[in-house]
Amino acid sequence: MSLLEVTELSVRYGEETVVDDLSFSVNSGESVGIVGESGSGKSQTALALLGLLPRNANLSGSIRLDGNELAGKSDEELDRVRARRIAMVFQDPAQALNPYLRVGRQLRQILLQHRLASGKAADVRVIDMLQRVGLPDPVRQFRAFPHELSGGMRQRVMIASALIAEPDLLVADEPTTALDVTVQAQILDLLETLRDSTALLLITHDLAIVAGRCERLLIFDAGKLIESGATTAVFSSPQMPKTKQLLAAAARLDTGPIPAPVSGETLLDIERLTVSYGKAAAQRLQAVTDVSLSLRTAETLAIVGESGSGKSSLVRALLGLVPPQSGAVVYAGSQLAGSLQARLSGQRRDLQLVFQDPVAALNPQMRVQKIVAEPLQVHERGLSSAKRRERVAAMLAKAGLDKSFLDRYPHQLSGGQAQRVGIARALILGPRILICDEAVAALDGSTREQVLELLKNLQRESGLSIIFISHDLAVVRSMSHRVAVMYLGRLLEVADNASLFSTPRHPYTKALLDAVPVPDPRRALQAPPLGGEAPSMLSPPRGCVFHPRCAYAKARCSEQRPELREFAGVRVACHRADEISLNARY
Amino acid sequence: MKKSGAILLAILLLAIVGPWLSPNDYLTTNFDGILKPPGLSGAHLFGTDDLGRDLFVRTMLGIRVTLLVAVVASLVSLVIGVTYGAVAGYVGGRVDAVMMRFVDTLYALPFIFLVILLMVAFERNFLLIFVAIGAINWLDMARIVRGQTISLREREFVDAARLVGVSTAGIIFRHIAPNLLGIVVVYVTLTIPQAILVESFLSFLGLGIQEPQTSLGALVDAGVNQMEGASWTLLIPATLLALILLCFNFLGDALRDFFDARRAP
Repeated sequence: MSLLEVTELSVRYGEETVVDDLSFSVNSGESVGIVGESGSGKSQTALALLGLLPRNANLSGSIRLDGNELAGKSDEELDRVRARRIAMVFQDPAQALNPYLRVGRQLRQILLQHRLASGKAADVRVIDMLQRVGLPDPVRQFRAFPHELSGGMRQRVMIASALIAEPDLLVADEPTTALDVTVQAQILDLLETLRDSTALLLITHDLAIVAGRCERLLIFDAGKLIESGATTAVFSSPQMPKTKQLLAAAARLDTGPIPAPVSGETLLDIERLTVSYGKAAAQRLQAVTDVSLSLRTAETLAIVGESGSGKSSLVRALLGLVPPQSGAVVYAGSQLAGSLQARLSGQRRDLQLVFQDPVAALNPQMRVQKIVAEPLQVHERGLSSAKRRERVAAMLAKAGLDKSFLDRYPHQLSGGQAQRVGIARALILGPRILICDEAVAALDGSTREQVLELLKNLQRESGLSIIFISHDLAVVRSMSHRVAVMYLGRLLEVADNASLFSTPRHPYTKALLDAVPVPDPRRALQAPPLGGEAPSMLSPPRGCVFHPRCAYAKARCSEQRPELREFAGVRVACHRADEISLNARY
Repeated sequence: MKKSGAILLAILLLAIVGPWLSPNDYLTTNFDGILKPPGLSGAHLFGTDDLGRDLFVRTMLGIRVTLLVAVVASLVSLVIGVTYGAVAGYVGGRVDAVMMRFVDTLYALPFIFLVILLMVAFERNFLLIFVAIGAINWLDMARIVRGQTISLREREFVDAARLVGVSTAGIIFRHIAPNLLGIVVVYVTLTIPQAILVESFLSFLGLGIQEPQTSLGALVDAGVNQMEGASWTLLIPATLLALILLCFNFLGDALRDFFDARRAP
C-alpha cells in the first residue's frame, strides 16, 4: 500500500476551481516532483495535504495517509499528523519562522508537542539536528533569532524543523526559489542526503531542479494533473504540449545559440566607480568598489552575481538614483552628474530602467495610458493629447499589447503584461541605453521567453544598448554579448559570452556555472560547487574577496588583493588565473 | 454608501429648506408657550424650548451650523495637513525634521487657552471657530500623511517617475497624493465628527456659537438642562447628531473603497 493516496481531490474558491479532480499516490521513501507554472495549483495541493487551506477554500475528495483519511479532519486531529507524519518546507523561510522565538525553542516545541523528548534530551536532539543540516556552530545558533541568520541558513533551520520529528512525508514547496544559485545547490543536496526513509514531494516550477532528484514527476497545468511518469520517461518522451513547453523553458547552459560579440563604438564608460552607504566610516557599507566597465552601441552587457554582490547598487549609481562616492560615468563623451537632478534632460532621457517587480513599478492608481504617457508629458510638452495617445498606443503595440490595455489599471494586468507596460514606458522616449534589473526574474518560463524576445527585437530595430542584470545564467547566456561577474561589490571577471561559458577564468565564475541545475535526469548529480555563503559586505575579507570560499586559494590570495587584468582576451581578477585551468562542467 | 449618503443629503436639504416652510423663526420668544411638547397638530413640530422658541427651526439652523463648521474645518485640515505631511515625508532629511518639530511644538500648546486668547484678541466670529478647529486637526493629518508618504516614497513606481524626469511637485501630486487618498478620506470622516464634538464643547464653554445663533452641540447642551421635564429638547437634537455621525462613518468606509482603483470594476 502506498504511503499517501490522494483521490479526486478538488479545491474551490467560490466559483473558481484551483485544483481539479486530482489523484496520485506516493510510496514510502519515494521522491516525487510536482512541476507547473504559477497558478497551476501545485501550492494549493501542498496546503491541502497539510490541512492548511484558508477558511474560504472548499475541499472535496480524499487524502489518505497510511489508509487514514485526512480530508475534513479537525485541526486538533491534524496537529497529531503535522510535523510528526507530514512536514513542510516553505518557499520563504523568513516568513515561516517565528521572528520572536529563538531558533532552538522553535525546534524544541515540535519535540515537546509530539512528546518525542523533553528537557535536556530535547535540547541535545535539537542541537544534533542543527548540526546535521550544516549550521556552523549549532550550540550558539540554538540561541539565535531567525533574523540573525542568512537566507540560506534560515532555510537549513526550516529543513531541520521539518525533519526533527522524523516524518514519513516531507513536502517542500519551492524550497530554493528565494535563494541564490550556489546556496540552492547546497540546500537541494542537503534535502537529498538527510531525508533517509522520508518520502519527498518536491514542488517547483523548474524542471532542472527535479531532473536528477525525483524518481517520478507529476506535471500540473491550470489545476489539473496533465502528465505523470518516471522522470526519465517524462524528459525523453513528453506527451502533452504543456510538458514540452515546460521542458523547452527549462533553459540550459549547454545548448542554443550564443549572440556573437558586437564591435561598435563605446557609448558608456564606467570608470572606477565606488558606491557606499552610511556616513560614519565604521559603519560604511561599500556596496560597489572600483568597478570599471564599458558598454558599446547595440550591445547587451550582462552583470551577474548573487544577492549582495552590488549589482543593483551599481545600476542605481549609473542612473543617478544614488550618488557615487568616487569614480565617473561617462556617457557619449561627457561625464554624467552624480545625482539625477543635476543631469541634463537629454541625458536623463537616454538612460532608462526596467524594474524587477513589474507590478510594484507601476502606480496602482494610474491607467496604463497615463503611465506610458508620463515621460512624454515631461519631455515633449508641446504634444497634443490626441498625438500623445497615438504615440502611447503605437509604443504599446510594439511591446505586444493592443489598444484594449490603454484603460486598464496595473492590478488588471498579469506579470508579463505589466512588464511589457514597464518596457513601453522606458522606451517611449527612445533611450539609447536600457537597464534591465532582474527584469524577467518574476516571470514564468514562457512569458519570460516572450519578454526576452521582445527586448532582442527592439535592440535589432533601434540599436539599443542593454545592461542586463540577472542571477539567472541561462537567461544571460541567451541574451548577452558580454558578461561581467560581480562578487561582494567587485568585478571578478569580464568576458565575451562564448568564452565565459566555455572557459571561465575565475574560480567563482566556474562555481556559478556549476551550480546551475541541469535539466537532464541522465546526468549524475554533482556535489555543490561552493560551501558556505558570501561574507558580509560590512567586513569583506582581506586579500581576494573570494578566497575564503575558493578551492584554489593560496597564501597570497588572503594577503594581496588581485587587480582586474587582461588575460587570454578576458579581464579577470585572480592571482592564479594563468596557473589553473578551469572548464565548465558542460 | 448609497443609504448613508442619501440620509445625509435628506438631512441637509431639510436643514436648508425646512426653516422657509415653517411659519416660525429661530429667535422669537413666546413666554406663554414654553416647553411645549412636539406634535403634528400644533404649530411647533419639534415643540418649543424654555424660552418658547420653535425647536424645529432652531434644530434645522443647528444642523446647518454644525455641518458647516465640521466640513469647513475638515477641509482646512485636509488641505494644510496633506500638503504639509506629503512635503515633509517626500523631501525628508533636515526639512522633514524641522517641519515635524514645528508640529510637535504646536501639539504642546494648550489649545483651549489659544482659543480664549484668540477670542479676546479678536471679535468673536464664525471664522475663528473654523480656524481653531482646523488648527488642531491638521496636525494629526500631517503626521499620518507623512508616515504614508515615507513608505510610498520607497516604492518602485516613484523611482520610475524620477527616472523619466517628473519634477518633485509632479511626483507628490500625481504619484504620492492619489495613493494617499484612501487613508485621507477615512481620516477626514473621523475628523468631521471630531470637529462637531469640539464645536459643541466650545459652545458649551461660551466660546463657540453665541445665542441666539445655535448648533446641534449647543442644542444638546441646552437640552441636558431640561432633560427631566422636557426630554424632547435633548432627544431630538441628540438623535440627529448621532445619525449624522453614523452616516459620516459609513460614508467614509464606502469612499475608501471607491477611491481605491484596485476595487474598480
